[in-house]
Amino acid sequence: MNIAVNESEPLLIVEGLTKFFGRQIGCRDVSFSLHEGEVMAVVGESGSGKTTLLRLLSMQAEADAGRVLYRMRDGVTRDLATLGEAELRFLARTDWGFVHQDPALGLRMAVSGGANVGERLMAVGWRHYGNIREAATDWLSRVEIDTGRIDDRPTTYSGGMRQRLQIARNLVTQPRLVLMDEPTGGLDVSVQARLLDLLRNLVAVLKLSAVIVTHDLAVARLLSHRIMVMKGGEVIESGLTDQVLDDPRAPYTQLLVASILQP
Amino acid sequence: MMTALELCDVAKSFTMHLQGGVRLSVVASVTFSVRAGECVVLAGPSGAGKSSILKMIFGNYRCDQGQILVRDGGRSFDIATATPRQMLALRNNTIGYVSQFLRAVPRVPTIDVVAEPLIVCGTPRGAAHAKAADMLQQLNICGALLNLPPATFSGGEQQRVNIARGFLPDLPILLLDEPTASLDADNRAAVQKLIAEKKRHGTAIVAVVHDENVREAIADRIVEVTQFAAAA
Repeated sequence: MNIAVNESEPLLIVEGLTKFFGRQIGCRDVSFSLHEGEVMAVVGESGSGKTTLLRLLSMQAEADAGRVLYRMRDGVTRDLATLGEAELRFLARTDWGFVHQDPALGLRMAVSGGANVGERLMAVGWRHYGNIREAATDWLSRVEIDTGRIDDRPTTYSGGMRQRLQIARNLVTQPRLVLMDEPTGGLDVSVQARLLDLLRNLVAVLKLSAVIVTHDLAVARLLSHRIMVMKGGEVIESGLTDQVLDDPRAPYTQLLVASILQP
Repeated sequence: MMTALELCDVAKSFTMHLQGGVRLSVVASVTFSVRAGECVVLAGPSGAGKSSILKMIFGNYRCDQGQILVRDGGRSFDIATATPRQMLALRNNTIGYVSQFLRAVPRVPTIDVVAEPLIVCGTPRGAAHAKAADMLQQLNICGALLNLPPATFSGGEQQRVNIARGFLPDLPILLLDEPTASLDADNRAAVQKLIAEKKRHGTAIVAVVHDENVREAIADRIVEVTQFAAAA
């Protein structure tokens, strides 16, 4: 019987992350760690601090207190605040992915679908046009976009296709950490089911670590191993996803779980 | 035979904050152990806490008090205090669970649903699919259904898909929650055969089964759950 757990170093360590907007709390004293291959969902209602947390993690906003440690590809864990501008930009372009709720924010709408995927490859030094196009074609088919649409601009894509294109653009450089902000928000349910299935497979096959912000508990159950419930900028409960959803402890988590509609 | 699983003085209650903080005690001082190759059936009326005990062992419910020890030779590991990461590793390598109802993911074909636990543990896709197809055949799920998502299947078919998924990986501990509830006689017999094979293999099984014939056939020992009723 194997009851040993592979005790590797976490990929991401978050300690006491705090952000105020004037007197308003963005998020307060958020701590967690994430290992390779782990998917964590952050749930909570609008204004609970989920997106603020994601922006702090990706260094799009500066924290008032706390720190974010990340294990670089060379195995050294570093405080992101000590990295230079260029190092951070390189991380963001290669080792991290960021999937926005609105694909238009994560895509370049004025260039073709293929170029959207190829651009991230060029950022990491790919120069051979044929190879880039081949990789872009491969990724379009992996996210189930008809490769005949490779030269079309995303403005001509449907909402679901745009979201899948954004995912392809993010994953083509084989990032180790992907941050997603409501990746299935605003899509109709059949498109959402397809996207969820796709994400679930990609995350498992690529052994990605991901932090997924969502207000949809069904999405959290489907995609995540662990869950963190936020309210008013603070973490009020966290644990194994099915444990928190099946045996919620905090009054607010019980309210969230009890409020799900059963079709 | 070695003890594989041991519960010591385990208690579970729920505090319902939406109902004015009512505290609902489910079970207390739950103490029993299961040896490798043994099937222990939990008995008692509905609401006695049988499923809750299984869920605590699987880490689905938190445990308020006591220890749930997984034994491995001289070492033991306490589920009651496991971190999420440790619990996930235990579920991959040590404890299997067949729930009462299949939780189907939209769009995922039956064969993938069943093969997934093997693939997660590193079995190549082709080999995992072959084993999954074989297991489904033993449970009388015909080939035409393998590539369809199980969401539209009948209750009995869904339950057999669920059983196939739970029985496929070779894990030392297996938890079964009403595995035969919605099955006909032939399929009940097929499941009993699978359980007997698991026992020969040395799997420690904890089961909740209402059907008396099935219980007779699989149980080595019956643990009456009403004895663990919490003082209200």
